[in-house]
Amino acid sequence: MEEQSGLVRTKRMTLAKKKVLWAYIFLAIPIVFFAYIRVYPALFAFQMSLHDYNPLAAEQPYVGFENYERLFEQLGKRKSQTKSAFQNTINYVLLGVPIQLCLALAISLMLNEIRFMSTLYRVMFFLPFVTSTIAIAWVFRMLYQPRFGLFNVILQLVSLPQQPFLRSPQQALPSVLALVIWQGMGFAIIIFLAGLKQIPRTYYEAAEVDGASRWHTFRYITFPLLNPSIVYLLVLQTISFLRMFAPVIAMTEQGRGGPLDSTVTVVLQTYREAFQSFNMGYASSLTVVLFALILGVTIIQLSVTSRRIN
Amino acid sequence: MLRSRLLAILAVLILLLSLGSLVGAQDDMVEIEYWQYNFGARVDAMNMLIEQFEAENPGIKVVHNSDIPYADFRTELAASAPAGVGPDIVTLYFGWIASFVDAGYLVPLPEDPFSEEFIRETFSPMVANSKYQGEYWAIPTAVRALALFWNKDILADAGFDPESPPTTLDEFQEIAIATTQNDGDPSDLYSITRQGFAATMVGQNHHWFRDVLIRQYGGQPYSDDGRTVTYNSEEGCAAYAWLTSFATEHFTGSNDILDGATNAFVNGDTALHIDGSFRVGTIRANNPDLNYGVAELPVGPNGEKHTFGSYWTHGITRRANDDPARLEATVKFLEFITRPEAGTLWVNTVGELPAQLASASVEELLMDPILGPFSAGLEYSSATFFVDESAQRQVLIDAYDNIRLGGMDPCDALDEAAAAEQELIDNFWADRE
Repeated sequence: MEEQSGLVRTKRMTLAKKKVLWAYIFLAIPIVFFAYIRVYPALFAFQMSLHDYNPLAAEQPYVGFENYERLFEQLGKRKSQTKSAFQNTINYVLLGVPIQLCLALAISLMLNEIRFMSTLYRVMFFLPFVTSTIAIAWVFRMLYQPRFGLFNVILQLVSLPQQPFLRSPQQALPSVLALVIWQGMGFAIIIFLAGLKQIPRTYYEAAEVDGASRWHTFRYITFPLLNPSIVYLLVLQTISFLRMFAPVIAMTEQGRGGPLDSTVTVVLQTYREAFQSFNMGYASSLTVVLFALILGVTIIQLSVTSRRIN
Repeated sequence: MLRSRLLAILAVLILLLSLGSLVGAQDDMVEIEYWQYNFGARVDAMNMLIEQFEAENPGIKVVHNSDIPYADFRTELAASAPAGVGPDIVTLYFGWIASFVDAGYLVPLPEDPFSEEFIRETFSPMVANSKYQGEYWAIPTAVRALALFWNKDILADAGFDPESPPTTLDEFQEIAIATTQNDGDPSDLYSITRQGFAATMVGQNHHWFRDVLIRQYGGQPYSDDGRTVTYNSEEGCAAYAWLTSFATEHFTGSNDILDGATNAFVNGDTALHIDGSFRVGTIRANNPDLNYGVAELPVGPNGEKHTFGSYWTHGITRRANDDPARLEATVKFLEFITRPEAGTLWVNTVGELPAQLASASVEELLMDPILGPFSAGLEYSSATFFVDESAQRQVLIDAYDNIRLGGMDPCDALDEAAAAEQELIDNFWADRE
């Protein structure tokens, strides 16, 4: 019976409707997959954060907000790993995002001008972005080596003092940051270049006729019209810096985020708590706080920066 | 057309899968899984033991998973447990036992054959003393102690008798300073081309401080019940200042140069090195031509001999306990790999000393020029009860970095470390009382 009625209904459908139905059926597969692999674990993290969750144990007792209490207690201390993780993550964002976007904008403005071998240059800037972060991090680790690393060899050649780079609590964070900025820049450049192509040439021609200087052209035409790209990148790169993990674990001694916790990030701290100290519950509370942070920052950025588009 | 072809493929797949399960169902083999982290010599030794065990027990197959780097070992265990997979028998550092027991990951060793009487009579005292919450949870094949490694060529080159290693901390310091060479500013660690001694807190040197140096300076690392940190005393501070002075005052070496302190010694770039007997296997595998000797640790100001004893030990997991057939096979395997014969194979392959006293005659081991000093050390060794070994180690790594990189006073750095470690210990016991 049912089969038949279904058959009748299909017959009544137009071809276009059928197509849409099939599209939904095919889309359902990745959506179910996505929900199970990404959404469900994310929600599960909220649940775990309310438990004293030890992955090795058979039972996971409920502890309410104890993990959050501990988290804020750690943040309130003069010195703690959790506090360093949050401080460093904020430093990565505050330094990394503006430097990366300014450099990317400057480079894409130049790339937009050149014609000769322009593809080659674009590929060169984009290549790091598609290379494995771990591979790059290890290469940089070697470049930063004392004595034999390329950077110190160059310093030696020009008679400058050797630098400890990753082995100094002061220099380690900028050293890691340099790699992340360089690696992620390719992506920002591509977005800026696409944005620049969207700006009609006639605006520039009109500005030229009016005798506008290059600065004025940039200030009053290029920059405002690039705003959508800038907002997009600002949000995306902030999120990616907030979630930084791989370069730090690959570049620091035994992946500890040292020396003296000077490079540890919230995500690395989460990983260490979860898988090295087996405090899954506390680690989950860290991710929940990070989630709230990302959500908050994104909302603020979107509401503040997108106002300027008009 | 397409549909019938798809159906045909499906049919073949189903057939193949069911055949596979048929084959699987046919053999009555009990399969147990054994995990350890990847340490070349130990993997070889265990492979040999498994081969012997399987020959003796044709009904049991042991799957050996040693494909996990040290840094990821605990992560892999943590990831496997909720998934319901993982080892039936696992090799853990003795300092981790408490946290694995607390999680309910391990089950106590069965009375038969591992009765308290049997363990007390046949195993080294540091094993017999490792009861936790009134039970034995793990049993090792081998134990280790710390000793002094010295490079004979470097000592000879610097004008010392290559056969006379330092016997006191003063001599140790003198030789370390005299054998250091550099090609630039002597106060710049990065200009060192040959090291006298490089401390590595990530490696064994935090144990050297915790269980050896502080006692030789007349202090105690912990209170007798192990629940109060006492190493931030005047004596502890003097001992720690002595240890850090190699990098901050005498500039004899650092873990940051020459591929790390351990590799530097193995490669022949360091004169003096403090390490465990397992390093003998590393040297044999990576640089067999190294002209080195091993001696008991130098004595300190109070003339006392001390060393740190430790071991990797095998425990039975909750997973094995869930299935009687697997549990039986696991206990059999555990008994096999902790026999005296296994200890003998182990010492010859890895360099770690047999945990069973009967494994090799003590006389014979004591006479061995390389293993002798380690064996001698077992008699006066001590070990810290760790509540969280990696976190407690990190505390002393940070103290060291605070002094070397942050210019902090050793006593202040040690005070900070003691406070942090006390918090770890207090938290651990707070959950248990």
